[in-house]
Amino acid sequence: MTTTHETPDTDEISEIDPVIVSERETVSALARPGHVNTDEGAQEMQARSGSSAAEVLREVGAVLRMSETEAAQLMTTGDLNRISDVGEDETMIINMGPQHPSTHGVLRLMLELKGETVLRCKPIIGYLHTGMEKTGEQLTYMQGGTNVTRMDYASPLNNELVFSMATEKLLGIDGDIPERAQWMRMLLSELNRMSSHLLFMATNGMDLGAVSMMIYGWREREEVLRFFQKVTGLRMNHNFVRPGGLAADLPPGWRDDVLRILDMLPGRLEEYDILMTGQPIFRERLQGVGVITPDEALALGATGPILRSTGVEWDLRRDMPYLHYEDVEFDVVVGSFGDAYDRYAIRLAEIRESMLIVRQILDKMPAGDYRIQDKKVTPPPRARIDESMEALIHHFKIFTEGFKVPEGEVYVAIESPRGEIGCYIASDGSSTPYRMHVRAPSFVNIQCLAHMMRGGLVADAVAVISSVDPVLGEVDR
Amino acid sequence: MSDPVNEPDTTMPAGESPPSMLGCPLTDSHGQVVIHPRRDQWLSVVDALIADGYRMCADLTAVDYLNHMSRPLPDGITPERFEVVANLLDITHRRRIRLRVQIAEHDAALPSLFDRYPGTEAMEREVFDMFGISFDDHPDLTRILMPEDWVGHPLRKDYAVGAIPVQFKGAHQ
Repeated sequence: MTTTHETPDTDEISEIDPVIVSERETVSALARPGHVNTDEGAQEMQARSGSSAAEVLREVGAVLRMSETEAAQLMTTGDLNRISDVGEDETMIINMGPQHPSTHGVLRLMLELKGETVLRCKPIIGYLHTGMEKTGEQLTYMQGGTNVTRMDYASPLNNELVFSMATEKLLGIDGDIPERAQWMRMLLSELNRMSSHLLFMATNGMDLGAVSMMIYGWREREEVLRFFQKVTGLRMNHNFVRPGGLAADLPPGWRDDVLRILDMLPGRLEEYDILMTGQPIFRERLQGVGVITPDEALALGATGPILRSTGVEWDLRRDMPYLHYEDVEFDVVVGSFGDAYDRYAIRLAEIRESMLIVRQILDKMPAGDYRIQDKKVTPPPRARIDESMEALIHHFKIFTEGFKVPEGEVYVAIESPRGEIGCYIASDGSSTPYRMHVRAPSFVNIQCLAHMMRGGLVADAVAVISSVDPVLGEVDR
Repeated sequence: MSDPVNEPDTTMPAGESPPSMLGCPLTDSHGQVVIHPRRDQWLSVVDALIADGYRMCADLTAVDYLNHMSRPLPDGITPERFEVVANLLDITHRRRIRLRVQIAEHDAALPSLFDRYPGTEAMEREVFDMFGISFDDHPDLTRILMPEDWVGHPLRKDYAVGAIPVQFKGAHQ
């Protein structure tokens, strides 16, 4: 090695790669005094003994979400042990997850326990973070569906739908989507809601010890996925709903397939009722567990079955209708206690409501085009490519360069099985989103965990996680 | 006297003062109501909106406009590098409103909404993690998605993507 190479490794890299240089400059800029430092402190829950009074109070404010009166009381007395009347040496902090079968992936909870009682709980996430929002800035609007569909992998079609609707709004074609495309989107969205809730039935049963329920829930979900495979070619991660419409029309015989699912499910759901809903052990395990009040749920931004379990009637399909939800009859199912049992019952009832909607869609499905005939966003039909050079070029351009979307920003939200899924896109006029953000319902909903678990038993922690039904792919994105 | 919150004066004829709401410029983005508070108005505007019924903060995120400083903004708003975007929801009147606030690069900080909407805790941590915008009075401002010893903020536009130093000398010429 010559002397010229004896520089420190970092300098060597900087000399070679201009991209890295700019990154390093950013880093040093961040380290300026008074600026944001990158070493902010631990993400983990701190032990009481290792924290100053102010730190614990701050953490309690964030983690336990005490009521204002409680916090004020704590502030005046200054007696931190009043939080739960325990001494420092009586508690223990344990990890639950990230490798734990009931954490639905890689959710990690730090629980402070006194005996079997949970005093504090802090969810720690990020184990599945793959920078999907950053990736979304590199993909064209045509390719973006492949990215967002992998976020909430239990309801991929809803992710694609919200992304497509946001893109269409930016393009200004959201009013021109053909009728058949809209009804097809509704059909797929509702079937996806059913498959997602069936998966919840399976995992919820399994988490609570009804292991055979896992097989049953999975079996029924598979029937729906088989239909998706026939329509889209894939069981999951379809990239089927695209800006402008859908990728293809429904295949021949789709109506019979849907009817077969609709005829099969009611009997199976009655079996669930026998196995779980009316069963005393199951009810004992869920009723009164993980209670949350309407005010708390609203303050925490919870949506979907969690918000509805508290009695708040809020369903974007009814309250801010999109597609053709105004034209179908369905009930918004709400609970009254805000406990884990209500959340279970709501999801079971929502499967039945979705079946009702799907039956109406079957009656109302119009004939017509499955995508907008706008040359800007729609590739030419396959047959045209064989005979026309221009069509071939057009097709090639759309799939390589994509289409340009006018400057602007837009936020579109729809009701996914887990709550409000929103898509915020800022466009700079190019063919890739300048910024693509997905408001993931699970990401917001898991903030309720700390609140639901506080003061409960550690054995109920599993039931509470399960009742929130988080999908970690969407939490971490 | 009309309620300034419930009836934003969008009907103002052209040539007169531009539409505003709560003292902030008001714009329409594809039919969605957007207001542009200054940073020092942030908390007071949010308080006024809460009093008006916006009980839920559906979403809070940010955009790094480093490569797109020429974006259209209403008069009186100076474009800055960062923009924090909050989407508030009023479930009683079934309406939404979006707040866009400009954040300068040299002073990337904003008052936290945690006391108003506890649900913004994770969202503000995400913005902090991804953009390096700090939130004053946030109870637990740590990284949420990236590891706590990570260097840099990945969603910034000048954050290098996929540049991994390689050992082979000839690889970068």
